[in-house]
Amino acid sequence: MLILLPVCRNLLSFLRGTCSFCRSTLRKQLDHNLTFHKLVAYMICLHTAIHIIAHLFNFERYSRGRRATDGSLASILSNRSHQEKKEDSWLNPIQSPNMTVEYVTFTSIAGLTGVIITIALILMVTSAMEFIRRSYFEVFWYTHHLFVIYFIGLAIHGIGGIVRGQTEESMGESHPHKCAEVFEKWDDPKFHCKRPQFEGLPAESWKWILAPSILYLFERILRFYRSQQKVVITKVVMHPSKVVELQMNKCGFSMEVGQYIFVNCPSISYLEWHPFTLTSAPEEDFFSIHIRAAGDWTENLIRAFEQQDSPVPRIEVDGPFGTASEDVFHYEVAVLVGAGIGVTPFASILKSIWYKFRHADHNLKTQTIYFYWICRETGAFAWFNDLLASLEQEMEELGKVGFLNYRLFLTGWDSNIAGHATLNFDRATDILTGLKQKTFFGRPMWDNEFSAIAAAHPKSAVGVFLCGPQTLAKSLSKCCQRYSSLDPRKVQFHFNKENF
Amino acid sequence: MGQIEWAMWANEQALASGLILITGGIVATAGQFTQWYLGTYSIAAGVLICLLEYPRGKRSKGSTMERCGQKYMTRVVKLFGPLTRNYYIRAFLHLGLSVPAGFLLATILGTACLVIASGIYLLAAIRGEQWTPIEPKPRERPQVGGTIKQPPSNPPPRPPAEARKKPGEEAAAAAGVPTGGPQENPVPVTDEVV
Repeated sequence: MLILLPVCRNLLSFLRGTCSFCRSTLRKQLDHNLTFHKLVAYMICLHTAIHIIAHLFNFERYSRGRRATDGSLASILSNRSHQEKKEDSWLNPIQSPNMTVEYVTFTSIAGLTGVIITIALILMVTSAMEFIRRSYFEVFWYTHHLFVIYFIGLAIHGIGGIVRGQTEESMGESHPHKCAEVFEKWDDPKFHCKRPQFEGLPAESWKWILAPSILYLFERILRFYRSQQKVVITKVVMHPSKVVELQMNKCGFSMEVGQYIFVNCPSISYLEWHPFTLTSAPEEDFFSIHIRAAGDWTENLIRAFEQQDSPVPRIEVDGPFGTASEDVFHYEVAVLVGAGIGVTPFASILKSIWYKFRHADHNLKTQTIYFYWICRETGAFAWFNDLLASLEQEMEELGKVGFLNYRLFLTGWDSNIAGHATLNFDRATDILTGLKQKTFFGRPMWDNEFSAIAAAHPKSAVGVFLCGPQTLAKSLSKCCQRYSSLDPRKVQFHFNKENF
Repeated sequence: MGQIEWAMWANEQALASGLILITGGIVATAGQFTQWYLGTYSIAAGVLICLLEYPRGKRSKGSTMERCGQKYMTRVVKLFGPLTRNYYIRAFLHLGLSVPAGFLLATILGTACLVIASGIYLLAAIRGEQWTPIEPKPRERPQVGGTIKQPPSNPPPRPPAEARKKPGEEAAAAAGVPTGGPQENPVPVTDEVV
């Protein structure tokens, strides 16, 4: 049941909004919903295994009890069904000695539903392995919908009442503590212990899964309703290296920095929703996403937009989701590190900081920004280049050159590029990016960077924000600890890892 | 769904089935269920399947993540040549291995999963997929001297001895040869790291 709740995106957004009085670190836990979903899934698998193994032993004992003729307790308890007037008071579901456990499994509701839903669970888990999910997302997405079968099967799994318990009336007359040892004398009418009566225990799993299933159903209906709302595409920009920018408008849509939306294009696929980080700032009157060709769906989408003569395909949008990264605005000095595709949310952040700065927004405490952009090759992010170039130009116009300091690190260089750069050493702008700041090759040396920043801002609180791989997060947080001075009035580095 | 390589999913499914067969077999054997010898069979079959399926094949498009420590089994699996490369053989092998385990309740789940894996492998085989081992690429040695045909016959033209006092920095930088050791830089060099 807990597995359905973390995937109700709209419910989580609602919680995030209503709990806005809570600290944002608490609300950030809502961003780890998928991790929680996976942990609950592992638990479900573990407990399914335990449940199945327990029932296997149980059925084996029933089978032995049915076939036993030695007058033991097990055999007496089993030989019930043709000796009692009440048909329903049996204990052993195996009705005759010739019935195999396999027969009982496949002819009882519990057994059949059990096998079906376990197979569904296994298929869901194998298609959700990280490798399959990342490389062939459609397999994962469509197979995962087997959960419908899983939940329906789970709800009806227990209605056959195969697991039996002694009736209350019988417990009053012949409690096992008194009567279990003296089972030979049960048939004696003058004896105080009578034969125990059993009844099927009712199914209880539906009580657990009813509420979350209704919430999830509601969530899917809500997603459908939101997807039907009209999205107007105001502009489509084709960037180099197969990147398309879509600027859109939707009635009642309001976003914050660092949030993402889910996008569906019915003409490509009815059922697939893909997440994209918003790259526009909340101050702009449209919202935009940048889509890079990275698989079936994205390539088809870009091709659909490239065709000039056919009408623009309809887009459905659900969102925005995610915790807003408003902490960026609360630090005097902000160090933003974006690695590879992780640079996308910073587009939104940088634009928003720039708007706030221009309008002298009092919420903006930031005075200086150090932006580190690390990627293998700049081709797919040429649009981000243009953004930096335009920001650079605007700052020059306003005379505030020291506000934004950025460094681009190209980790996928070869000797050709390096040689080319050496030859053009004296040029004012960088040959690769056209920006005033020269491109560095290789990875940044964080120790140097941090010590320089600490020297330049000896009394500030510096917020370090990363959107990138885990290894980088570790080295950055280590540097933060190392370069924060022991004196709380002097420079302090605070590390924030954003999960975009 | 066009780009999917079914063999990758079949591989995960078969590995999972192998583990389930082993678990079911252990339960049946340890509990001494009726016909528990089928349990021992299923442990053996499960181990064989896990060993066969552990090395992940190479994807035809894109890079493949190796499983931890799979290179030892890759060598063994490669030895069998076409028996392991062809997915039809794998599909029928799994189908065959799963049948005896289907007679015992404890292992019937493993049977069902293995049958599904076999079905997906059949689909992969129909689409012409093959198992290719992931091998580390041999590092390309830089071919030193491969393009030199013949040494030049004449010495390069040199200016007279007085003009040769100027250190050849531009020539060294353009050739990409790092000039190690102490030197005087004609262009002031500043520390780039801020």
